[in-house]
Amino acid sequence: MLRVDLDIVRRWIAPGSRVLDLGCGDGELLRVLMDSRGVEGYGIEIDPEKITHCVARGVNVIEADVDQGLTDFPDKSFDTVLMANSMQVLRRPDHAIAEMLRVGEECIVTFPNFGNIRTRLFLAAWGRMPVTRQLPYQWYDTPNIHFCTVQDFEALCRERSIRVLHREFVAEQFPDRLLKGVWSNLFSATAIYHLAK
Amino acid sequence: MPDSFPPDSVGLAVPEVHHFAEPLELSCGRRLASYELVVETYGELNAKRSNAVLICHALSGNHHAAGFHRVDDAKPGWWDDYIGPGKPIDTRYFYVVCLNNLGGCHGSTGPRTINPETGLRWGKHFPPLRVRDWVLSQARLADRLGIEQWAAVIGGSLGGMNAMRWALEYPARVRHCVVIASALKLTAQNIAFNEIARRAIRSDPDFRDGDFAEHGVVPRNGLALARMVGHVTYLSHALMGQRFGRELRSGSFARGLEAPVEFKVESYLHYQGDKFAENFDANTYLLITKMLDYFDLAREYGDDPAAAFRTARARFLVVSFTSDWRFAPQRSQEIVQALVAANRDVAYACIDSDMGHDAFLLPNARYEKLLRTYMARVAETC
Repeated sequence: MLRVDLDIVRRWIAPGSRVLDLGCGDGELLRVLMDSRGVEGYGIEIDPEKITHCVARGVNVIEADVDQGLTDFPDKSFDTVLMANSMQVLRRPDHAIAEMLRVGEECIVTFPNFGNIRTRLFLAAWGRMPVTRQLPYQWYDTPNIHFCTVQDFEALCRERSIRVLHREFVAEQFPDRLLKGVWSNLFSATAIYHLAK
Repeated sequence: MPDSFPPDSVGLAVPEVHHFAEPLELSCGRRLASYELVVETYGELNAKRSNAVLICHALSGNHHAAGFHRVDDAKPGWWDDYIGPGKPIDTRYFYVVCLNNLGGCHGSTGPRTINPETGLRWGKHFPPLRVRDWVLSQARLADRLGIEQWAAVIGGSLGGMNAMRWALEYPARVRHCVVIASALKLTAQNIAFNEIARRAIRSDPDFRDGDFAEHGVVPRNGLALARMVGHVTYLSHALMGQRFGRELRSGSFARGLEAPVEFKVESYLHYQGDKFAENFDANTYLLITKMLDYFDLAREYGDDPAAAFRTARARFLVVSFTSDWRFAPQRSQEIVQALVAANRDVAYACIDSDMGHDAFLLPNARYEKLLRTYMARVAETC
């Protein structure tokens, strides 16, 4: 996770709160939140190697498949449920978000914006699926099966009556950083949403 | 015959007998005036006495977890793959303690030993036990060994129940609790298998209503049958298919032959059953399967496992195995959910294995790495 993304996410998490991180990877984000915000954190991960990394870091981790739902977790049992850069690998991101809003008082979702100008230009110019620094996979080996744009995500929130508490956009390159404030769907590389029911 | 031990072995293991003269008040209301525990230890207790690890054995286990009793032993202790220098429970850093639990039949006070008050063998009159009685006797052993707090209490199956009970009974004395292929309580199916095994023993004419030793006999058939049933439930469908399939050990299906046919799986089960009947005590089997059946972690916490775990202070590692249907992954997930609800620290992994319930005893690359990684962190806090 990039430093800027992390700083934004951290701002939205109250010190000492209970946090569930879906697709927590090697536990880096939870470790930072535990150390800097004193959160009581649990991660969910499916990859055996990453689970071992979490254990090595002393991060609470539970082996489970987010696509199977969070049925073991009671309603509102966490202050914040996070999903950083994992939404696009899920079979049903909409179901996952519904589950996050059930289990958490609030949710934070970050995802790569497929509406980004570089992605659009790549497809327009070469006529091939975009391969970028942020999304380095070929179409056939990518774990990312559900891309969306900022506009798509906004539409989903409207349809499902999900409240957007905050939204932030992150761009990597120079002109994009200035322009993302005006045209977020064109110039942000990553979108970060703070949601509630 | 090898003339030395493998370099990653704890080497020669010497069991020690500890005698306890202070009476032990049991959960059933009776008391043991005195008792003995047979114990093996591996590694050295450090100066701070902070590196002790308790290994809790399962139903048929004993104190001999690692190493060899003699240079020419065919097999090392029951968890030798995981305990030793350079192994996941690394004896270069940890002082590992394993004992034959009370009621057992490998030297500790139990049905096979003499009741000093009567001068007679305990036999079927040995008092019924609960897992908490084991914990109490183990706490006395810890006092004896100078261990104020365990770096970790580790157990699989019934041993996992033992480890969890430790974390609740003595929260300040357990830093880490490792619960492998275990459950908050047995399911009806599990109790059913135990009762089949018990009936097999009780209905053997040589059982003599539990007084077989007085008659100089052993209910071999009953014990063997109990073990055969148990063994089938410890393996997975896939493993039995791979290991035995429909292969024959003797005989043939060819026309014109009437020699009896024996499948490999049949001879394997008979062998396992007979071997068990040689070593294990029938009254101990009845006693300990009842301990398993009666165990319910949350019974006196309003049947709320989260409330139970709120009394614990340890960090937990919970492990299950995909093909284990005797203590299925779902049982471990119930433990994990209760720990999360109780705000306790927990890591949970479900290890891919086709070895069934026995997987917790067997080599497995991912399981070894996970346990090694977890124990390395435990060692950092010693």
